[in-house]
Amino acid sequence: MSELDDFRAETRAWLEGNCPAEMRTPIRSDDDVCWGGRNPTFSSPEQKLWLDRMAERGWTVPDWPRDYGGGGLSPAESKALREEMARLGCRSPLYSFGISMLGPALLKYGTEAQKQDHLPKIARGQIRWCQGYSEPNAGSDLASLATSAEEDGDDFIVNGQKVWTSYADKADWIFCLVRTDKTVKQGGISFLLFDMASPGVSTRPILLISGYSPFCETFFDDVRVPKANLLGERDKGWDVAKYLLGHEREMISAMGLGTGGGPSLGKIAVEAIGAEPDGRLDDPVLRARIALFEVRAAAFRAMSERFLDELKAKRTHPAQPSMMKYVGTELNKQRHELMMAAGGSDALEWESDRSHGGAGARAWLRTKANSIEGGTSEVQLNIIAKRILALPGA
Amino acid sequence: MPLFHTDDQAMLLDTARPFLAEQAPVAHMRALRDADDRTGFDPALWARFAEMGFCGMLIDEADGGLGLGAVEAGIVLEEIGRNLTPSPFLATAVGAVTALKGGSRDQRARWLPRIAAGEAVAALAIDEGGKHRPNRIALTAARSGNGFTLRGTKRFVAHGHVADLLIVAARTAGGSDEPDGITLFAVDKGAAGLTAAADRLADASLSAQLRFDDVQVDADAVIGELDGGWAGLTRTLDAVRTGAASELLGVGTGAMARTTDYLQQRKQFGVAIGSFQALQHRAAHLYSELEIARAAVLKAQQLLDAGDPAAERAVMVAKAMAGLATTLVVQEGVQMHGGIGMTDDYDIGFFMKRARVLAELFGDSDFHADRLARASGY
Ligand SMILES: Cc1cc2nc3c(=O)[nH]c(=O)nc-3n(C[C@H](O)[C@H](O)[C@H](O)COP(=O)(O)OP(=O)(O)OC[C@H]3O[C@@H](n4cnc5c(N)ncnc54)[C@H](O)[C@@H]3O)c2cc1C
Repeated sequence: MSELDDFRAETRAWLEGNCPAEMRTPIRSDDDVCWGGRNPTFSSPEQKLWLDRMAERGWTVPDWPRDYGGGGLSPAESKALREEMARLGCRSPLYSFGISMLGPALLKYGTEAQKQDHLPKIARGQIRWCQGYSEPNAGSDLASLATSAEEDGDDFIVNGQKVWTSYADKADWIFCLVRTDKTVKQGGISFLLFDMASPGVSTRPILLISGYSPFCETFFDDVRVPKANLLGERDKGWDVAKYLLGHEREMISAMGLGTGGGPSLGKIAVEAIGAEPDGRLDDPVLRARIALFEVRAAAFRAMSERFLDELKAKRTHPAQPSMMKYVGTELNKQRHELMMAAGGSDALEWESDRSHGGAGARAWLRTKANSIEGGTSEVQLNIIAKRILALPGA
Repeated sequence: MPLFHTDDQAMLLDTARPFLAEQAPVAHMRALRDADDRTGFDPALWARFAEMGFCGMLIDEADGGLGLGAVEAGIVLEEIGRNLTPSPFLATAVGAVTALKGGSRDQRARWLPRIAAGEAVAALAIDEGGKHRPNRIALTAARSGNGFTLRGTKRFVAHGHVADLLIVAARTAGGSDEPDGITLFAVDKGAAGLTAAADRLADASLSAQLRFDDVQVDADAVIGELDGGWAGLTRTLDAVRTGAASELLGVGTGAMARTTDYLQQRKQFGVAIGSFQALQHRAAHLYSELEIARAAVLKAQQLLDAGDPAAERAVMVAKAMAGLATTLVVQEGVQMHGGIGMTDDYDIGFFMKRARVLAELFGDSDFHADRLARASGY
């Protein structure tokens, strides 16, 4: 047996012994997600136990260095861990913008002090982060952002407004794009980290079509931020911002993988609609739509594996996350359209207990944001055309 | 194992790519067609394939081959696809070799060295109708003496009219649609009562109709188990389906490259047409579809080579996805070329025609999506 086989066997045994049964079921609804933070809420004691056990091994962030709270695993080991977790249907112990977005940027651009300060708390789920990029007049054209940061001694004074800030009302810290030079566009942007409890920060939740309020308008009124909280150099924040977006897109693309563990779309449809004597779904047109969808979904799963392998081996094109995000999110929207078709009117329930308060319908609506958040599908296609296909003037 | 090529596989690609681009670019296929070639490939090129070690790459080392797998065969096939090279590689070096792996020592000793040396070409005589339905075998093999008598017709057999060896799926028992009762036979070219007529398909490739009028074969022509040929047939089909998926990927990649080139070169309204966002988005979508198809194909190849039971489904996905992606790429490719894309002088149309043939070969995307649905219980 190779070392990797040993690792896999040990990992499997450890997961079997330590992942509580409740954490091997698909996530039911939004309130069932573990986000951590200063004032964490857990939907069950098992959820907390699972986070604690995984964090102790550094397996919330298996491939980060051990010094920063990670597991220090090699690419092959992280892959084995991921595969074993998928095999057992283990949930991710922690969902976090700190892990999927800020962490990689801190590892690349952070000072030693910044890494020591922030990474371990992200790994253990002690600090919850939000992303302050978009503004009312800076969406797809993000670099036109106007929130300003003026120097004042050892500090910056931040003024302005962000919008669509996911979970700003629940987050402890924000990573925020600010303008430090008004005379140039991309070259006048800086990347700041600050505490949401700072005086002058306020948030106002926005209600979504799903009936949930997961994001906010965020206002900054003379917020004082130490200069030491600049990530990367002053006026060079756009590079950090783009690097982070690559990771955000990679994270969002994972939506295309579907929820692990649960029954397949075809099985859900058979359950809801019924089958012919030979087992075929009693709705031939829907069956064909599902089957062709599943072909692309399976191909995307392979792509996702290939992408991660190439990324770890540093052989992926820097714009490839745009392709992943585009395909993954469009697939996830399609999946939920098919789930709605399979469920019929049952899937439309909005309040009942049997529907967990309309979890299916709300999830369907939520997926419509997948191809908007983190840069729209159109923006991803622009990036692929320009940076990968080298088409002119894109 | 990471889902990308190993260093050795990358080296093979570095050899195969320039080899095919130099020896057999699209102009080679065009020249054969224009000369009304009736062989279906260039024997001199096939000899070069043997010199390169391609013909015997899948043959086990114990049988004198290189002992390589589906990933390596896929590398060669993708280049064949990219250059639209007419070649018996898929049927012979992948299909027949895989079928013969389930054959007797005598069968292997008789055919594998000749295949490796480029001295024998093989064809797969499986389909009998216009749609791939490998369980629907009506050609019968009835016992007679110490052998069998084959009677029936095979259609759309690539290289069937020139093949030295035919791998024939025949019914020895069971009802017309049943997988059980099928037997594989190795039939020689010269067998009495066997006639072949080749016709061109839309892509200018030659496809044979084979008639078996009481063709006598010995009992030792049976490959594997009598009445139990389904397993060997499935194994063979999975190998060539994956191979056809690689070739499709090559066709799609070649068409994509020509299309992006054209978008960069062609000017209208004073600018390159590639600066129009309507075309950029379509091109970016094609790129994405090809990328996920490429991942699906490599996944199937790796699982096949590992002997993993998950390979069966992965092959369905690979063939279906490669068909969907390449079909879209060639259609959009012709559209984005405008009028010139409709001309015989321009190569892009050849890609569309070849893609259509390969998409149909060994089951189209609908066929494999349907199998995937059945395998998934819906
Ligand atoms: C659920 C959700 C969560 C979010 N979370 C956050 C967050 O936490 N932090 C944060 O900073 N932001 C967040 N966002 C904001 C998100 O990043 C923006 O909504 C997104 O970048 C699009 O900007 P916009 O909404 O201003 O749309 P616009 O830019 O106004 O786009 C409108 C339409 O025009 C199209 N369009 C725009 N420009 C082009 C172009 N050049 N070519 C072709 N088409 C174009 C777009 O594709 C879109 O279809 C979130 C959004 C959603 C929906």
